[in-house]
Amino acid sequence: MRPDPLVEPRALRALLVGVTVLFLTVFLLMPLVVVLYEALRSGVGAYVATFADSEARSAIRLTLIVAAIAVPANLVFGVAASWAIAKFEFRGKAVLMTLIDLPFSVSPVIAGFVYLILFGSQGFLGPFLASRGWQVVYAVPGIVLATIFVTFPFVARELIPVMQSHGNDDEEAALSLGASGLTTFLRVTLPNVRWGLLYGVLLCNARAMGEFGAASVVSGHIRGLTNTVPLQVEILYNEYNWVAAFSLATLLLILALVTLLAKNVVERRFAAPGGAHGGGRV
Amino acid sequence: MDSALVRRRSALPGLGLTLGFALTYLSLVVLIPLGALLVRAFGMPLADLVEVATSGRVARALLLSFGAAAGAAVINLIIGPVIAWVLVRYSFPGKRLLDAVVDLPFALPTAVAGIALASLFDRGGWFGRLLEPLGIQVAYTPAGIIVALVFIGLPFVVRTVQPVIEEVDRDVEEAAATLGAGRTQTIGRVILPILVPAALTGFVLALARGIGEYGSVIFIAGNIPNRTEIAPLLIVIKLEEFDYPGAMAIAVIMLLISFALLLAVNLLQGWARRRLGET
Repeated sequence: MRPDPLVEPRALRALLVGVTVLFLTVFLLMPLVVVLYEALRSGVGAYVATFADSEARSAIRLTLIVAAIAVPANLVFGVAASWAIAKFEFRGKAVLMTLIDLPFSVSPVIAGFVYLILFGSQGFLGPFLASRGWQVVYAVPGIVLATIFVTFPFVARELIPVMQSHGNDDEEAALSLGASGLTTFLRVTLPNVRWGLLYGVLLCNARAMGEFGAASVVSGHIRGLTNTVPLQVEILYNEYNWVAAFSLATLLLILALVTLLAKNVVERRFAAPGGAHGGGRV
Repeated sequence: MDSALVRRRSALPGLGLTLGFALTYLSLVVLIPLGALLVRAFGMPLADLVEVATSGRVARALLLSFGAAAGAAVINLIIGPVIAWVLVRYSFPGKRLLDAVVDLPFALPTAVAGIALASLFDRGGWFGRLLEPLGIQVAYTPAGIIVALVFIGLPFVVRTVQPVIEEVDRDVEEAAATLGAGRTQTIGRVILPILVPAALTGFVLALARGIGEYGSVIFIAGNIPNRTEIAPLLIVIKLEEFDYPGAMAIAVIMLLISFALLLAVNLLQGWARRRLGET
C-alpha cells in the first residue's frame, strides 16, 4: 500500500507529537507544577502563614494600587489608539503602530532607568522635584510610571486587530440613524470588541502585577513600603525563605492561569465566525 | 489587508480627539523618557561611552546577553514551528491543555518563572538531580540563561507561525501530491517556504525580548561576574553603585540593538505580507 501523500508517515507523526509533549512539559508545565509543590511542601499551615506577614500584606496592597492606576491608564490609551488606527486612514499609521510596540523590545531594566534619568536626584527634573519635596523614584509614583511604560502596548495590541476586523459599517449605520459619536462607540463598537478588550485588559493587568525588572530599578526596595509582590518574592528567595517565596509566587501564578483561561474563552467565542481574531502577537 | 492604500474618508467622528490623546500619551510615557536617556547619553563624551562599553566586564555581559538570546532564539526557531505544526495538524490527548500552556510565558511574571526554573535545575532540583550524574550543570552556567530564554521566547515563535499553518491552503498540498511529490518534498518545498517569514519574525521578536530579559534569568544565572552576568543585571549593579555613566553606556547600546531588531521585524512583516499577497 502506498503511503497517503497528504499526511506524514505514522512514525514521524508519533515522533513529532512526542517531541512537542516532552518539550512543553519540561519547559512550561513543570515550572508551573514546581511553584505549587515548593509552596505547599511544608504543609498548608506554612503556606497560609506567608500571607499573615505584614511585609507580604503591604506588598500585595502596593501591587494592587499600582495595577489599579496603570491598567486604567493604559486602557484609555489603548481604546483611543485603536479607534484612531482601526477606523481611519492617516499618514504615519505604520510608524505609530511601531512606536506602540516599542516598549516590548526595550529591556524592563532600561524602562526603569529612564525614569531615574527624568525624576531621580541627578535627573532632569530632580532639582525641581526636590525643591517641592516631591519624591517620584524610590517611591510609589515611580513604580506606577515604570509599570505603565512596560504594560503600555497590551490593550492597544489586542484591540486594534479586533476593531479592524469589524470594519466601519455598523458604526456608519448607527451614525446615519442619528446616534451621537459617543453613543455609537458605547452601544455599537464596545459590544463588538468586548472580548478582545477583556483579554487585553487581563494581560495588561497580569503584566502590571508581575512587573519585576522596571519596578526593581525604581523601587529602592524599602521593605513594607516600596516592595511589590514580585520584589518581595525575590527578597524571600534570596534569603532562602523558599516556602514563603513560592507561596507568595502562587498568587501571581493563579493570576497568570486566570489570564490564560480568559484567553481561551475569548478565542473560542471568536473561533465560531471564521476566526477573525488577531492571533499571535503577545 | 489594507495594503491597497485606499484613502477613503471615514464618516466616523473622533479621529482628532483619539489620535491627539494617543500621541500625547505615547510621547509622555514612552518617547520623552527614552529621549531623555538618549540626550543624557549623547551628552557624554563619545570616548567615555566607548571606553565603558569595551571594558572587559561590560563587553562580556553584552556578549553573553546577545549570545544567549541568539542561542535560545535559534532553539525556538527550530522547535517552535514543529510545536505549531503538531498543535494545528495532529490531535492527541492533552492537546488543548498544551496549546493553552504555550502562552504561559506571556502571562507568568518573570520573577516567578525565574525562581521556578532555578529550583528545577538546581543540583537538588527535579531536573538538576537527573542531569548531574551525566555531568551536565545547567543552573548557574550560561546554559541556564539559555534555558530561561527558551522559556521566554517560545510563544513568540509558536504564536506567529501557528496562524500561518492554519491558513495553509490544503489545495496546494494536494496539488503537490498530485504532481508526484512525496510528503517530505511537499513539506520541504511547499510548506516550509510559506512558514519562513513568520518563523523569522518570531525569531527576531524572541531575540529582542531575550537580550533585555531580566527577571526570569537572574535566578538561574547565578550572576557570576564575567561569566554569567547578563547586561541588564550589570545596569542594575551600576545603578546601585551610582555609576550612571556606566549604566547609561550599556543601556544605549542595548537600545540601539532593540531599535535595529524592531526595524528588522517591520521589514520581515512587510516581506511576509508581500509573499502571502503574491502566492
